[in-house]
Amino acid sequence: MNFISKEKGLLSWLLTGDHKRIAMLYLASITFFFFIGGALAGLIRLELLTPQSDLMATDTYNKVFSMHGIIMIFFFLVPSVPATLGNFFIPMMIGAKDLALPKINLLSWYLYVAAGILGLYAMMAGGVDTGWTFTTPLSTHYLNTNVVTTGLAIFIAGFSSIFTGLNFIVTIHKMRCPGMTWFRMPLFVWSHYAASILMVLGTPVLAITLVLVVLERVAGIGVFDPTKGGDPLLFQHLFWFYSHPAVYIMILPGMGVISETVSTFSRKRVFGYTAVAFSSVAIAVFGFFVWAHHMFIMGISNYSMLVFSLLTMLVAVPSAIKIFNWAFTLYKGSITFETPMLYTFGFMGLFTIGGLTGVFLASSGTDIHLTETYFIVAHFHFVMVGGMLMAFLAGVHFWWPKMTGRMYPEKISQLAAIVTFIGFNLTFFPQFILGTLGMPRRYATYPPEFQVLNVFSTAGATILGAGYLLPLLYLTWSLRYGEIAGENPWQATGLEWQTQSPPLTENFPAIPIMDHEAYDYEWLDGQREKEVASVG
Amino acid sequence: MSDSQAVSDSRIVVHGAAEGAHHEHLPYQRHHFETYAQQSDATNFAMWLFLLTEVMFFGGLFTAYLIYRNWYYPAFVQASHQLQIFWGTANTAVLITSSFTMAMGVWSAEMRKKGALVLCLVVTFILGLVFLGIKTIEYKEKIDKHHIPGFHYSMQSFTNPASDEEVYKEYHDKPLAVDMARHTEIYFFLYFAMTGMHALHMIIGIAILGFMIFRAQAGAYTTGHVTFVENFGLYWHFVDIIWIYLFPLLYLISRHQ
Repeated sequence: MNFISKEKGLLSWLLTGDHKRIAMLYLASITFFFFIGGALAGLIRLELLTPQSDLMATDTYNKVFSMHGIIMIFFFLVPSVPATLGNFFIPMMIGAKDLALPKINLLSWYLYVAAGILGLYAMMAGGVDTGWTFTTPLSTHYLNTNVVTTGLAIFIAGFSSIFTGLNFIVTIHKMRCPGMTWFRMPLFVWSHYAASILMVLGTPVLAITLVLVVLERVAGIGVFDPTKGGDPLLFQHLFWFYSHPAVYIMILPGMGVISETVSTFSRKRVFGYTAVAFSSVAIAVFGFFVWAHHMFIMGISNYSMLVFSLLTMLVAVPSAIKIFNWAFTLYKGSITFETPMLYTFGFMGLFTIGGLTGVFLASSGTDIHLTETYFIVAHFHFVMVGGMLMAFLAGVHFWWPKMTGRMYPEKISQLAAIVTFIGFNLTFFPQFILGTLGMPRRYATYPPEFQVLNVFSTAGATILGAGYLLPLLYLTWSLRYGEIAGENPWQATGLEWQTQSPPLTENFPAIPIMDHEAYDYEWLDGQREKEVASVG
Repeated sequence: MSDSQAVSDSRIVVHGAAEGAHHEHLPYQRHHFETYAQQSDATNFAMWLFLLTEVMFFGGLFTAYLIYRNWYYPAFVQASHQLQIFWGTANTAVLITSSFTMAMGVWSAEMRKKGALVLCLVVTFILGLVFLGIKTIEYKEKIDKHHIPGFHYSMQSFTNPASDEEVYKEYHDKPLAVDMARHTEIYFFLYFAMTGMHALHMIIGIAILGFMIFRAQAGAYTTGHVTFVENFGLYWHFVDIIWIYLFPLLYLISRHQ
């Protein structure tokens, strides 16, 4: 008996309060949106195979890249790790039976689905071509596409994200099992706590900004329209006040996954546990004070540029703390190279490149040259795809045996991880060069001398696409044919591994007592010896 | 901080009827909580967090107000003359009274006085409706004067204040240049956006109150399980506090120059 087999039928899933079932619902829905967003990315790369606009008209291209950004950010990256793995494992890691607010959790999924359907409807009914940034007054006065519908879709998706974050914070504060002090929590929980703070404080600002955009568009008022005395920069401030922290909403949960996998597959406690825990919180705090680095070419004052440059560089410090501590965790560890670990290595390398190029962009002088070019595109894809998506895949593989009770096939998944890594680099590394050479982003056409690098990039995207299709196939296959996983196939220390797979509806037969530190492999060995002794 | 300790080992169920019966769940305790105290703690905490998101939500509007008020100060001063302090004050009194009756309602629920609870909720409900009624009178006046931004907006009251006799009598405003007068539209937009968003919260609150009155009559909140009434009270006070900020910002400050 487990949480999947306990009740049968569609309704038992659609009306569930079980965080694990809701996580599975989320997993299915975000995968759906990932492949839609991915297909749009494929169209973009196909169009950019040649310098002319030949596959689609330029305004269609504008819609395609806008919808790619909107779907990937709001419907995939923001909910990706938190709503699936976070939802599933935060209660288990802290020894709780469920999240504190199961109904709100289910409501969050329904809001996500409603938002997704509305977003897809907007796409089918003609799309939107503002870019994912909804820049005013372009979005409010000059474009005749589905800005209002898309805006509402994101508004609703925002509430789904707020409810997830709120639920996590309450759960982490109030639902920990006996002995589970703050500094015994796995770092996965810490990073979700930090990301939740950002969700709860940032998302409402995006919500009100979108309300203002919709009102301005519907009623023709000029809050953001300079011809009517409004200030387009105000829109930028409000928008980036959410949308910059949003990149930490996306990456922090991924960093949480990496802390778990690095420790498990090198069989060592995460080096500098406390520093890694606090660096998550530091990223959340600093993350709120850097938004104007998106506005260096928008006419903010030199002093603001100076201050925001400096603050932005400060964020590099906690990020670097994490990378260094993971590297030190590896040092003298017993490293094994299962698939989650391969993705983890991918994350560490690619995120480092993504992060360091972020420092180039943080310094306003370089940024003015590089912004709005493919350098930016490459930079955030290194962080979001090379970082976050790798972390997501690492997490999905790592916890797949726990979620489904079955192992994924190891060899082919290792192959997929390597294919993804090669495809990713081939896709996005040329874009750094294209950007420094001056190729602007968001155009369907480009000068012929850029073609060679663009062909590399498109070829890479094809390989990358194959790398993403593979897990979809073999993970689905493994649901039925995978090897039975057992309780703890990785010999990991988290509480979620000390119970059956898939878990019971209430997670544990009895509420566990946390009597050791996190990542305590000696405790785990002791447990095993006890078991052997009791059997013997 | 007690929070750094795990919750469930430090608290024991001691709540009215449940005394001495730790292992039996109270009927309203949900299965995933260890104790009733943990449940009500968690729910209250969630409500406070939700109110925090509301602060951020309204914060965007307050920021816009702050900026445009500094930019278009004369327009904002004259436009605020169009709001009637009498109605604003009346509404403030209505809301504060409703907060009092709501607080009494929570107290009645805690004391398990069913009749008093129903009475308090009904009065709060009525006061909420009175607030919306007064707001409607104010909005109606704006419609009549063509002060609805976006739709047939007229700035005559500001380019030629004498044409707007009632207001002119009181303030003797000097005519604004068209360039400044047109920015009164942003003031009215913010006025409608802020009070409208506030009114929307009131409407949601009143709807929930209506539902609560029936539940209270059925005795649902006088069992010792007051979390819902308590949290709704928090919401109601929060909406009240938003108004407490809106009233001076929109009606009162810098009215007399």
